[in-house]
Amino acid sequence: MIKFDQVSKRYPGGREALARVNFELADAEMAFLTGHSGAGKSTLMKLIILMEKASQGQVFVDGINLNRLSRRHIPQIRRKVGVVFQNHQLLFDRTVFDNVALPLTISGHQPREIGRRVRAALSKVGLSGKEKQYPVALSGGEQQRVGIARAVVNKPPLLLADEPTGNLDPELSKEIMNLFEQFNQVGVTVLIASHDLELVKQLGYRQLTLSKGCLL
Amino acid sequence: MNALKKNSSKPVGGASVQSQTFSIAAYLSNHKKVGTETLIKLFKTWFASLMTWLVIGIAFALPLILYILLNNANQLGGEWQGKPRISIYLKADLGAAETSTLLNSLIQNEAVASAKLITAEAALAEFQTQSGFKDVLSSLPFNPLPAVIEVEPKAVSPASLKLLVTKLADQPSIESVSFDLDWVERLFAILALGERFVTALSVFLGLGVLLSIGNTIRLAIENRRAEIEVVKLVGGTDSFVRRPFLYLGFWYGLGGALFAWLMVQISLIFLSSPIERLLHSYQNEFYLVGLGFVETLILLASGAFLGVLGAGIAVGRHLHQIEPT
Repeated sequence: MIKFDQVSKRYPGGREALARVNFELADAEMAFLTGHSGAGKSTLMKLIILMEKASQGQVFVDGINLNRLSRRHIPQIRRKVGVVFQNHQLLFDRTVFDNVALPLTISGHQPREIGRRVRAALSKVGLSGKEKQYPVALSGGEQQRVGIARAVVNKPPLLLADEPTGNLDPELSKEIMNLFEQFNQVGVTVLIASHDLELVKQLGYRQLTLSKGCLL
Repeated sequence: MNALKKNSSKPVGGASVQSQTFSIAAYLSNHKKVGTETLIKLFKTWFASLMTWLVIGIAFALPLILYILLNNANQLGGEWQGKPRISIYLKADLGAAETSTLLNSLIQNEAVASAKLITAEAALAEFQTQSGFKDVLSSLPFNPLPAVIEVEPKAVSPASLKLLVTKLADQPSIESVSFDLDWVERLFAILALGERFVTALSVFLGLGVLLSIGNTIRLAIENRRAEIEVVKLVGGTDSFVRRPFLYLGFWYGLGGALFAWLMVQISLIFLSSPIERLLHSYQNEFYLVGLGFVETLILLASGAFLGVLGAGIAVGRHLHQIEPT
């Protein structure tokens, strides 16, 4: 599903965020990306969803070489990748329903289909009945789960999560991780960036560790 | 994985037939949704929207009012002398038979639209009732007025009128031909100037409309930067991101044109009674003609078009600069 081939990323100003990173993530695999802050976890994720372009090397997602992708085709890759952000990236002037429905609206689904899928996704993350509320009325954990519902609502084959448990207490963190495991069990490839080493170890999935931009 | 892939969005290579058929209805329904949502948002922030609509409305209304006045002046010129009348004064000793021969030959003349004989007696009677010189005229021993044939030429251009007048003046039975060509020439020159002026003003103010809509859209884009970033992150295409702003431009333009229409109608009501009173004093039946149905449609369509165009330019300039970070 994901393949990095000698990928380096240098930001303007000379800081090297990733150095010759090689790894492959198989279809339906679940893995954790760990490392200190500044080790390059976010950069690696940004390369997968084309928020950044590699300075060197090749990134493949679902067999597509991202280096060769034109600007016009970027949305099609992003629709294959559900992303859960640390800061949720919710729209605060829209209801929970509209937030979760966004990926479906964008890819042109019928309203009835959207309603059905959004309610299914919200029920999956345990937020049934909150669809008419605005994100601001929800707790941090609930907002995170709205973000997860939005990431999975169009059933993407790949799910990325950047520090999804960053601001949550251990109990909630565990619940969120269990959700990701459930998605993985139905065939979704999952890659989670986290610095919660204890929780990662507990769950026992493959671990990719970055240090100063290099994969250990 | 396979089960999931079936439901995942269309592959990069091309869309399946099924997803294409249902996406047309969804595409239209998204247009409808975005269109109405944009309008509702405009009404929610009604004060700011009203300001924009008024600015656009004034920019449209100014050249429109001038255009209408010019149109009416054209109509006025047409009634007065734009469809000019040539007065042919007949020789005093011309007999009735010769007069009617001349009249017939004029009627058959290709350059003449109509010709009407006013006999010396009729002319005197008319002059008496209209001029207020009744007593003076009746004290005269003879009728000082000659018989007149009033000719309405087909052509109105000064050059062809000049030709016709020259031809007529050569005829022996005609004493003189009276026709103020300079006046017509001047009127035409003034009207042509007025048209140019209105055109130039329309271009400048149209540009103003474009810029003010563009600027308003630019601000709207700035305000919704976070939303644009999120939409792009979850796979929104450029056209999806662009759509609400194009609708915003559409509503601004259309609303502005509606306000322009309103302003024009109010101005006409305000102007019509003094203008009509002024013209009635010249014994001219005149009614100010406003915007017709077709003209109103053109106004609304050009408003909407300029709105979408202005928004398109603004979105094109700024959209690429906003990328998720």
